[in-house]
Amino acid sequence: MSADLSRRGLLAASGAAALMTPGLVRAAAPPVALLNASYDPTREFYKDFNGLFAADWKKHGGGDVSVRQSHDGSGKQARAVVDGLEADVVTLALAYDIDAIAQRGLIDPKWQSRLPFNSAPYTSTIVFLVRKGNPKGIHDWLDLVRPGVQVITPNPKTSGGARWAYLAALGFATRHNGGDETRALGFVKGLYKNVPVLDTGARGSTTTFVQRGIGDVLLGWENEALLAIDEVGPGKFDIVRPSMSILAEPPVAVVDKVVDKHGTRRAAEAYLKLLFTEPAQDMAARHHFRARSRAVQARYADKFPALDLITIAKFGGWQAAQAKNFADGGSFDKIYQPG
Amino acid sequence: MIPRGLEHRRVNSPTAVILVTLALAWLALIIGAPLATVVVEAFGKGLDAFLAAFREPDALASIRLTLLVAAIAVPLNAAFGLAAAWSIARFEFRGKAALLTLIDLPLSMSPVVAGLVWVLLFGARGWFGPLLEVAGVKVIFAVPGIILGTILVTVPLIARELIPLMTEQGADEELAATTLGAGGWTVFRRVTLPNIRWALLHGVLLCNARAMGEFGAVSVVSGHIRGLTETLPLHVEALYNDYDFVGAFSAATLLAGLAVVTLVAKTVLEQLIRAGQAVKPAQELAIP
Amino acid sequence: MVALDAAFAPAPLKPARRSWREHSALPGFGGAFGFTLLYVGLIILLPLAALAARPWEHGLGGVVDAILQPRTLAALRLSFLAAAGAAVVNVLTGLLIAWVLTRYDFPGRGVVDALVDLPFALPTAVAGIALATLYSPGGWIGSLLQPVGLKVAYTPVGVFVALLAVGLPFVVRAVQPVLEDLDASLEEAAQTLGARPLQTFSRVILPALTPALLTGFALAFARGAGEYGSVIFIAGNMPGVSEIAPLVIVTRLEGYDYAGAASVGLAMLAVSLIVLVAVNSIQVALSRRGSR
Repeated sequence: MSADLSRRGLLAASGAAALMTPGLVRAAAPPVALLNASYDPTREFYKDFNGLFAADWKKHGGGDVSVRQSHDGSGKQARAVVDGLEADVVTLALAYDIDAIAQRGLIDPKWQSRLPFNSAPYTSTIVFLVRKGNPKGIHDWLDLVRPGVQVITPNPKTSGGARWAYLAALGFATRHNGGDETRALGFVKGLYKNVPVLDTGARGSTTTFVQRGIGDVLLGWENEALLAIDEVGPGKFDIVRPSMSILAEPPVAVVDKVVDKHGTRRAAEAYLKLLFTEPAQDMAARHHFRARSRAVQARYADKFPALDLITIAKFGGWQAAQAKNFADGGSFDKIYQPG
Repeated sequence: MIPRGLEHRRVNSPTAVILVTLALAWLALIIGAPLATVVVEAFGKGLDAFLAAFREPDALASIRLTLLVAAIAVPLNAAFGLAAAWSIARFEFRGKAALLTLIDLPLSMSPVVAGLVWVLLFGARGWFGPLLEVAGVKVIFAVPGIILGTILVTVPLIARELIPLMTEQGADEELAATTLGAGGWTVFRRVTLPNIRWALLHGVLLCNARAMGEFGAVSVVSGHIRGLTETLPLHVEALYNDYDFVGAFSAATLLAGLAVVTLVAKTVLEQLIRAGQAVKPAQELAIP
Repeated sequence: MVALDAAFAPAPLKPARRSWREHSALPGFGGAFGFTLLYVGLIILLPLAALAARPWEHGLGGVVDAILQPRTLAALRLSFLAAAGAAVVNVLTGLLIAWVLTRYDFPGRGVVDALVDLPFALPTAVAGIALATLYSPGGWIGSLLQPVGLKVAYTPVGVFVALLAVGLPFVVRAVQPVLEDLDASLEEAAQTLGARPLQTFSRVILPALTPALLTGFALAFARGAGEYGSVIFIAGNMPGVSEIAPLVIVTRLEGYDYAGAASVGLAMLAVSLIVLVAVNSIQVALSRRGSR
């Protein structure tokens, strides 16, 4: 036990040294294994990024590193970490899920300020994916509540992306109705009345829309829509960007309790920091996420047109948004109350 | 399976033709069509694409894990089935009905619940979570949790094959052997086991098929770590979510193939039973 | 059948029972029984206790509220109604299939017999994906149903259809051995006495099959109500319409509402258990009447 502790102390010390003077502790770095618990749409990105990190870590004297991936719904992953999934880092869909882990003492409550950009290395937004040629003429939010338009979107209770989509719709409706909350909710209710299938996750919705041919418009992540076009249907779908949407910031954090137990803090922190560097930002943009780096943004300006985006702050932050809309008895539940 | 004292009738009357056609049509619709979908999708892009699905290290790891889980869960459940059948079918004691109901209980448990209970017990905030933390043992989101989830879902299967059969056979032969001075193990090995071997094998095969295919309970306790805690059914789901539909259906075909081979092996066994008249036919008796 | 009754019939009453178990000349009770209890305790009772203990943090009111919430109630209703409906159909089709398998010889009978168990062995997620592919408007069956205006995928009907496969093996495997054991001379005697085939079936065969059919129904029902993997892809998951009870459990967990999730899980288990026990008692009653 004490040997273990001293080794951990040593690691921490050498870690600090390495961070300050990279290259000095090149010799005899032990192989490190990290576990990254992430949400569904990041599978392809992190598969690539893990290779980038392994090369970078080795180049900076870190030795061999392997990163394992675990993917599921964002909320499920947060709960898994709380229940004992020993993930060194979490890269989830919304800050609420990381907050939930922090509230249970596994992550420093001030996690979001430890990294730049609210700890969200890449962003995304909510867009519409429609069938080629846009046969139903769907151009903006108001088109989604028209009779006869079928909207595919996942269940906000079980999907992080769906919560962003719900809030984007609510944000639009609030602005459209001059701040009248009741009428805004009426709009959102009308939208969900047009939803024939509520999948449990973002990827499930994409499959329903793309593979099964259900619905006229997929309401979801921009990165999912771009990926769907890449993977299954080039020439079969169009992306429609509405007049306004929401800035979705999928955040990342080191799980303090786990890295301290594993002695992997140094590698875990380097892993997340690398996300903010130029090559990783470019990689994220290639994988359809909006980069934070200005240079990368400029390079991919065609792919990611500028949009009028509101932020989560508009809803008083995630805690308030969650309690008001997605908790039991919240505004989403009211949509499905009979009458 | 030929009913005792009854020869199979040829399908020659109109009624027979209608009944057989109806039955086969229903099976084709309910079981055949989904199975065909899986196979067609798997081979939709040719044999190479099908085989490529099994060259991935993650796929191989998931196959290994699935086999490991079955290799642990099935023998444990078999040992339990034998012990339970021996005590229930050979002895009278109070609370037998309650014990039988308990053994059947997992059959009526939602797989989601069958996974959840282990999280409630061994999760970091579960009953024994802090204890395991101190001991440095990982159960949930590791292989032991997957094995526990699988065992819970499959625990009644072998016992349910053995208990009714041994009850029906009665204890006379074993009692005679005991009277002649044979010890407990000898009686079990020389008298009981030969009498129940087909039913035992039958139960083991069914339990094995189910253990390899369990999804719901395992999904809750797995943690979905690629190459580490993903069983083959979970790997299918992951591939499907990766837009790798051919890969997903290929892995699914492997699973379905394993199930079909197991189940056909079971039927062949039954025909062997018929051939060997000396052996008392193993019965597929359902107890509630 | 016989075995089943024997297993469930209460031990013959002895005038003065001294011990909790009757003496037997056979050895090995202690070891076997001890292992059985240990295993049942660790694998079944302990998890059950964890589940039963979990919902009460907000008291009985919390449990009742969690179950009586309209959305939860609707999901429970759907799961149990779809399971009951599918189990009824399964009793009919299962009887037909068991009958055909035991009474007629046709090519490929062995393989067909094996395939009956497939829904039991096939991973539920695989079944679910296959069903969604089949019944969605572009699928083999869905494209046939769409012109007729029948929607299966993403409706409550989809839940029912998925459960048709899930419950089938339970009925077939319950009925088959009884049909095999059924004395052929009974049928022949009835026919000699001038009974028409339908009469023979309804007066002679059906009564003998009733306990097995009940068993099959109960097992198919209990399994169907809790089914998740093969249903979730085809259900549509609309709150109050096509959302199944196991999904409510999953959703509750998502919100860190362990108590609420365990409440629903416990409620589902209780209903299934009540049905199983009711069927057991009916069988015990039937077997007593029959043996008189």
